[in-house]
Amino acid sequence: MRTRLPVAAAAAGLVLLAGCGGTPSGTDARAPGTPEQRTLTVFAAASLTESFGEIEKQFETDNPGVDVVPSYGGSSDLAQQIVNGAPADVFASASDATMTTVTDAGLADGAPAVFATNVLVIATAAGNPKGITSFADLAKPDLKVVVCAPQVPCGAAARKVETATGVDIKPVSEETDVKNVLGKVTTGNADAGLVYVTDVASAGSAVEGVTFPEAAKATTAYPIAVIRNAPQAELARSFVSAVTGEQGQKVLQAAGFGTP
Amino acid sequence: MSTTPGEAPARRRPDDHETGVGVPRLLWVPAGLAFALIALPVLGLALKADWPRLPEQLVSAAALDALRLSLLTASISTVLCIVFGGPLAVVLARGRLRGLRLLRSVVLLPLVLPPVVGGLALLYLLGRTGLVGRGLDVAFGVTIPFTTAAVVLAQTFVALPFLVVSLEGALRTAGRRYEAVAATLGASPALAFRRVTVPLVLPGLASGAVLAFARCLGEFGATVAFAGSLQGTTQTLPLLVYQLRETDVEAAVALSLLLVVVAVAVIAVAAPRTTADGRL
Repeated sequence: MRTRLPVAAAAAGLVLLAGCGGTPSGTDARAPGTPEQRTLTVFAAASLTESFGEIEKQFETDNPGVDVVPSYGGSSDLAQQIVNGAPADVFASASDATMTTVTDAGLADGAPAVFATNVLVIATAAGNPKGITSFADLAKPDLKVVVCAPQVPCGAAARKVETATGVDIKPVSEETDVKNVLGKVTTGNADAGLVYVTDVASAGSAVEGVTFPEAAKATTAYPIAVIRNAPQAELARSFVSAVTGEQGQKVLQAAGFGTP
Repeated sequence: MSTTPGEAPARRRPDDHETGVGVPRLLWVPAGLAFALIALPVLGLALKADWPRLPEQLVSAAALDALRLSLLTASISTVLCIVFGGPLAVVLARGRLRGLRLLRSVVLLPLVLPPVVGGLALLYLLGRTGLVGRGLDVAFGVTIPFTTAAVVLAQTFVALPFLVVSLEGALRTAGRRYEAVAATLGASPALAFRRVTVPLVLPGLASGAVLAFARCLGEFGATVAFAGSLQGTTQTLPLLVYQLRETDVEAAVALSLLLVVVAVAVIAVAAPRTTADGRL
């Protein structure tokens, strides 16, 4: 068939084009460099997005010339990236288990310090239209419930509560990080989601939090560590101090985190 | 892409075999690097694999569910691409409408858009609070996100242009001369289309379908944004690989190799037809 070559070439070209379209172009996001310009890369659990955003701003004000570049995501994902050589200076994780991935690989500089705790809460649409009042309600068959995948800390915590209470949730989706769960609730596609109390606080009026006593069985601790051979080790240590210090703690507690 | 119908392929073919003009040596280096960029990562994957444990990693319940779901949804999506994309290609190639060029640009969008953007777009159209989704929910109690149907929709969305572009190209290159001859012999447009046009573009349709199927199998971004991820319902192989790579790297590698095997199989199915006419 004589049509073959041009068609195949065009299709291949378009495939290439599509591939290029997906490539991020944000490598030059940092400010043009004066000599004392320094960049601190902070890997942090998705649930820390808002509070670390605030701490980061404060830190940049206190340390002129420093640009803090945060990377937020599921803790286990971030841990895996660090193990695979991602150039992080600081890692703030949402669970001991994910931090252990990094310490076991010998990649933490010193022992991780716990700087906050968090508990699960049920996120519903504003006004709680489905009338959810307890953890057991989440097992109702007509509810669309979204949780984190068991591999991520928020999913592991949800599993723990399920085991402790004997409530068997049949989720419609298991998301890779807690902000994805929240997103499914804020967009109205799910009736309820298991997220952290801090996520509901940061989502404002779009969602409502329903607390449940069983959450206390699965409190998560947030450890933070400087990464071994960090490009900005000294700066990293002072960032960790900022998080564990008075000012950082004030921001974290205002966001709903518990004290370690 | 625009080979004119008048250009005779017979003129080019002897050239390919007889000129004896070799490939300039300088080209071998970048060519080799390009090949290495494609081949070496796959090799790296194979070396990382825990081969003795591979079988048990591949037959885990989650893996089997994901494989079954991937094959099922990619097959349905490919059929949908043919059923709806085929006629669209005919309209684009043969239609005499104003604004056809604009229409074609829109059809190409999913090729250029990051799939996750496509997923969001689908969510805001068909999600429970979306433009159409809200109506479906209120009127019929039907919600699309988190269902296997959502996976199929996401795959069809991203794969449609592959089929349309292939088929439209085939239709254009085939030209209208044979149909015109059929018409002078008394064939109705429908008969000419069925007996002349369709057989003529069948290879183009086949290669388009293979490309679409491959694209469906690899779909990730639109699916995760629109359909969510749940074992047995919406968690296709790429989604499972993405989730496992965080905690169970070896299983993720095993499943990646499975996808490589499926990809090779797809290429093998597609390749004999491309070599049969001596062109690729």
